Amino acid sequence: MTEVIPPEFEYHAPGSVDEAIGLLQNSGEAKVLAGGQSLLPLMKLRLAAPKTLVDITRIPKLSYVNETTDCLCLGATTKINDLNDSALIRNRYPLLADAAQHIADPLVRNMGTVGGNVCHGDPGNDLPACMLAYGASYVVRGPKGNRTIPAQGFYQDTFVTSLDPSEILVEVQVPKAQPGDGGAYLKMERKVSDFAIAAVAVQLRTDSRGTVNQAGIALTNVGPTVLLASQAAGQLTTKKPTNADILAAGKLAAEAAQPNSDLRGPAEFKRGVVQTLTQRAVKLALWRAGGMS
Amino acid sequence: MTIHGGIGQSLQRKEDARFIRGKGNYVDDIQLAGMLYLDFTRSPYAHAKITAIRSEKALKVPGVLAVITGKDLDAAKLAWMPTLMSDTQMVLPIDTVKFQGQEVAGVVAENRYAAADGAAAVEIDYEPLPVVTDPVKALQPDSPLVRPEKPKKSNHIWHWEVGDKAGTDALLAKSDVVVHQDFYIPRINVSSIETCGCVASFDPMGRLTMYMTTQAPHAIRTVFALVSGLPEQSIRVISPDIGGGFGGKVPVYPGYVVAIVAALKTGHPVKWVETRTNNLMSSSFARDYHISADIGVTKDGKLTGLKVKTIADHGYADAAANPSKFPAGLFHIITGSYPFEKAFVEVDGVYTNKPPGGIAYRCSFRVTEAAYSIERLVDEVAHKIGMDPAELRLKNFIPPEAFPYHSALGWTYDSGNYGGALKLAMQMVDYPALRREQAEKRKKGEFMGIGISSFTEIVGAGPAHTFDILGLKMFESCEIRIHPTGKVMARFGTKNQGQGHETTYAQILATELGIPAENISIEEGDTDTAPYGLGTYASRSTPTAGAAAVVAARKIRDKAQKIAAHLLEVSPEDLEWKDYKFQVKGVPEKSKTMADVAFAAYTNPAPGVEAGLEAVDYYDPPNMTYPFGSYICVVDIDKGTGAIHIRRFVAVDDCGTVINPMIVEGQIHGGLTMGLAPAMYEQITYDEGGNIRGSSFLDYLVPTSVETPHWETGRTVTPSPHHPIGAKGVGESATVGAPAAIVNAIVDALSPLGVTNIDIPVYPWKVWQILHDKGQT
Amino acid sequence: MASTAIPRLTSPLPIRGATHKIHVTINDVPFDFMVEDRTLLVHFLRDALGMTGTHIGCDTTHCGACTVLLDDVPVKSCTVLAVQADGRKVRTVEGLESGGKLHPVQEGFTTEHGLHCGYCTPGMMMTSVALLAKNPNPTEEEIRRAISGNLCRCTGYVNIVKAIQHAAKASGGGK
Repeated sequence: MTEVIPPEFEYHAPGSVDEAIGLLQNSGEAKVLAGGQSLLPLMKLRLAAPKTLVDITRIPKLSYVNETTDCLCLGATTKINDLNDSALIRNRYPLLADAAQHIADPLVRNMGTVGGNVCHGDPGNDLPACMLAYGASYVVRGPKGNRTIPAQGFYQDTFVTSLDPSEILVEVQVPKAQPGDGGAYLKMERKVSDFAIAAVAVQLRTDSRGTVNQAGIALTNVGPTVLLASQAAGQLTTKKPTNADILAAGKLAAEAAQPNSDLRGPAEFKRGVVQTLTQRAVKLALWRAGGMS
Repeated sequence: MTIHGGIGQSLQRKEDARFIRGKGNYVDDIQLAGMLYLDFTRSPYAHAKITAIRSEKALKVPGVLAVITGKDLDAAKLAWMPTLMSDTQMVLPIDTVKFQGQEVAGVVAENRYAAADGAAAVEIDYEPLPVVTDPVKALQPDSPLVRPEKPKKSNHIWHWEVGDKAGTDALLAKSDVVVHQDFYIPRINVSSIETCGCVASFDPMGRLTMYMTTQAPHAIRTVFALVSGLPEQSIRVISPDIGGGFGGKVPVYPGYVVAIVAALKTGHPVKWVETRTNNLMSSSFARDYHISADIGVTKDGKLTGLKVKTIADHGYADAAANPSKFPAGLFHIITGSYPFEKAFVEVDGVYTNKPPGGIAYRCSFRVTEAAYSIERLVDEVAHKIGMDPAELRLKNFIPPEAFPYHSALGWTYDSGNYGGALKLAMQMVDYPALRREQAEKRKKGEFMGIGISSFTEIVGAGPAHTFDILGLKMFESCEIRIHPTGKVMARFGTKNQGQGHETTYAQILATELGIPAENISIEEGDTDTAPYGLGTYASRSTPTAGAAAVVAARKIRDKAQKIAAHLLEVSPEDLEWKDYKFQVKGVPEKSKTMADVAFAAYTNPAPGVEAGLEAVDYYDPPNMTYPFGSYICVVDIDKGTGAIHIRRFVAVDDCGTVINPMIVEGQIHGGLTMGLAPAMYEQITYDEGGNIRGSSFLDYLVPTSVETPHWETGRTVTPSPHHPIGAKGVGESATVGAPAAIVNAIVDALSPLGVTNIDIPVYPWKVWQILHDKGQT
Repeated sequence: MASTAIPRLTSPLPIRGATHKIHVTINDVPFDFMVEDRTLLVHFLRDALGMTGTHIGCDTTHCGACTVLLDDVPVKSCTVLAVQADGRKVRTVEGLESGGKLHPVQEGFTTEHGLHCGYCTPGMMMTSVALLAKNPNPTEEEIRRAISGNLCRCTGYVNIVKAIQHAAKASGGGK
């Protein structure tokens, strides 16, 4: 027990997604290697022992942050810190900007990728909650070509997603920001580099009168998977949320949480944190949606 | 007149030149020709019988050369080794494992990858045995026995007490108020960023060179000689650069011993370097004290008596590193900064199915446990009788004129001005304004707290009449050689681990010898060259080796005076040592520098004076030193999450004479951070089955730059009257003093809710739970 | 116990499993090397090349003692495979001093007493170098955030912050 050297494996660095898919199909116990910041520690501790690693970071044109006519498109191998360095993200996608600053630590963010974070399936990963709150989609490619999977429904259980073993996520598509959009991600962690005690992603779309037309609220690390708090979001829509609505949304989010008691604290505490962070994140998102006035 | 690099100057550190270039030489940097690597297969069980160890698969792993088990060691009578506390611990188990993560089989291979593969391939069958991890349960008659091989048939190891029990009881009985409080000081790990390791190498003549991460190379050499039967002159222990010690590199760990055996068995040098997980599972634990205390006070706020009962959880062996006479270390410094009339302390050591130990954590032996308890108790008393905690302290402090002060538990404090330090801290933080702000905030339902800790340390072990480790008296040594060109090589029995010895010792010698610090080189850590010493821990280097440097330098000056007299053609009595030169009294232009003298010592010796200019001193300190300080911490609590924000932390320290202000301040910053860590972040716990929780940096929460506040420091100077330059030692003060200040602030913030104590580490969930239960969230 | 002098190979790293030939430029010097696929970059630097300035302090990508610059970006070399560095540039602490002149960050660390035991220092300095390249005028808050992936046990970070501020000033920036 407790070795810190990975067991033997074969490393491949394919030049195309299709070549990578071929390797995944034809090698036993193969895993995609992107940034490796979750996978390599598991392998060093010998909690994972894939026989083949398929490094997708050398595939050209998989790392980008682009805004098209209808979405923000993030290439799978985009580094987390590429989000932090992007003025586009900072200015127009504050929910993502908040989250990207609090994933692991600054060095890990230089290796860790957007694709890895959304595909790993750890309920403690931060980007999945953002993607649920945004209503984002994942473009994945497999032996039969591309398919698009909504983030909602992608996370089936801890470390289990609807990605097939021979599929590779190639792009994350976030609905394009509009005037009146506002979002926020608030994370409470024991210390920098920890997974969240609890974190809350809130994304709101408001009209010029301040009425919330769409709301997404999702929760990190308080259940077997990232969780969508739909009722909490529902409390905020089709109106200009009052303080009472925000308080109620916090309570509903806390009810949606399914935390366990562990070293990060008792379940009741984590629900309390979800409640508080939800209220604060909603207020921050509304403020941002209203042009921060 | 100053000398470049003398005492009192913030001299840039000499040792930095190699560290900032990546040219430090740590144990894992050592590569010897043909060197092999050692790794271990470890027990997944906290208590189990080993029914079989099968090495065949491991030996088939390419590159694996040998597997060493407890039975192999037993054949050489090396399966068990003595601890520093007259107990025994296993090197490798013959038939039973006693804690999760215990080393069971050593695998020797050509490189670290093969060693890891080999360790994963050793097959071991276990029969689990009942486990006890709670020392209170371990003392019950129906508890599983951790050490059934011992004649006592009990998990109770020892009982130790000091003070006047009946007198204390009587005094408490007639005190107006008695406050009772239980504290648990959790098990923590020093977590120096460099873990432990060694390279063991035999030369063709059978002489062992042992490069190892040790804070006490000379004592380790003696221990190895006694245990192995090797002649002591055939053992050379080299402690190269050490990546932080903090007490964790004092003990002998099984890895060291197995590496020596493996080197002997294979005929090649063998390196062992533990992983972080190994370190957290099996090495370097501190504290684990269950304390129950009663403190008495009169209604007008005069402290009376103190009674403390403690259970010390040592894991499966008492492998603490304490002076022999003190199984609970210097815990009886617990009367702190206050003149208790009577006090009584008792401690019981207990076995559990946890790793062995009881080392310090950047603190002198068990001093943090003591300082934390008394400083928390005094705050609790203040809240109980409705007196401001600063006022209560100022009213009770041992006054400056009472030194040397004899404490109720038998210590003689050398010097102190406790009120001076507290008043400075109060001024720096503007204490009255903070209390006013707090009152305003309380009206608005906000939780802000102010915490004070006015600690007294006891360091610099220690006087030979009382202090020894395994019978070795705790003196310390310095050997000075002045070369003909006036350049100096000085060697010490201590061992730098980051404290800056290469700089501060040179500064002491610069002042004493009148030679600029850049012309003085300091060496430690090689038992072939350095004079014998007990090593560096318990803030003892400056109090002991620093004093040895002064005394040795003055021996040199005595001799040099004769040579200078010869050169100046006067009699030695006609000379005075002034402005770092020997001057003819009343004729300052007739003088000789130490460099002049050094050249003459080899080229023109004075009649009747031995050639050369060298001296050695083995310094036996007449007393311990007693650094002190007052810290004030200000916290704000987030009601919604229980998060604790340290807004300010002001630390006023008094370590006597300051040799290098920059280094002293740096030591305080670091100590404060290692005080913050157990107060709010670090602990290692075990479940009922003995499974460790917190065995990697994922869950063992070493604070980063973000959690750590911007420390503010201040200083008073109260020299030690018995130290030749008045210095007291400072490496650990802040670790000792800080936790109580932080917890006192948090408890102060929550005191309107009736809160009197929260056990450390104070996590947000503990605060939130209180707020929630009181309807405040 | 008698010595049996077991014969051994002398490779400091294994090359028995799947291997790759890699081409890495380390501190401006190109290297071609055969490595086992699982070789971690930090072991490649330390054991194969003997560049021991880059340290190892944990197993779980937390401490940052192993920080190096990979194509100018600071990463934890204990969690990067040597093969992942193929075709790329690595800069280590040994590559900071140039032409006998210390890097401003090295000057800052020694001037402001930003190190005690020196073990975290190489990693801490590499992170600092990258920070200043990106942000020549960091605030204390920005510095504390930037070095939060590097643990130091000795200094309490205050003087590390000052060291980086010192380097920023020396390089023409600084707040």
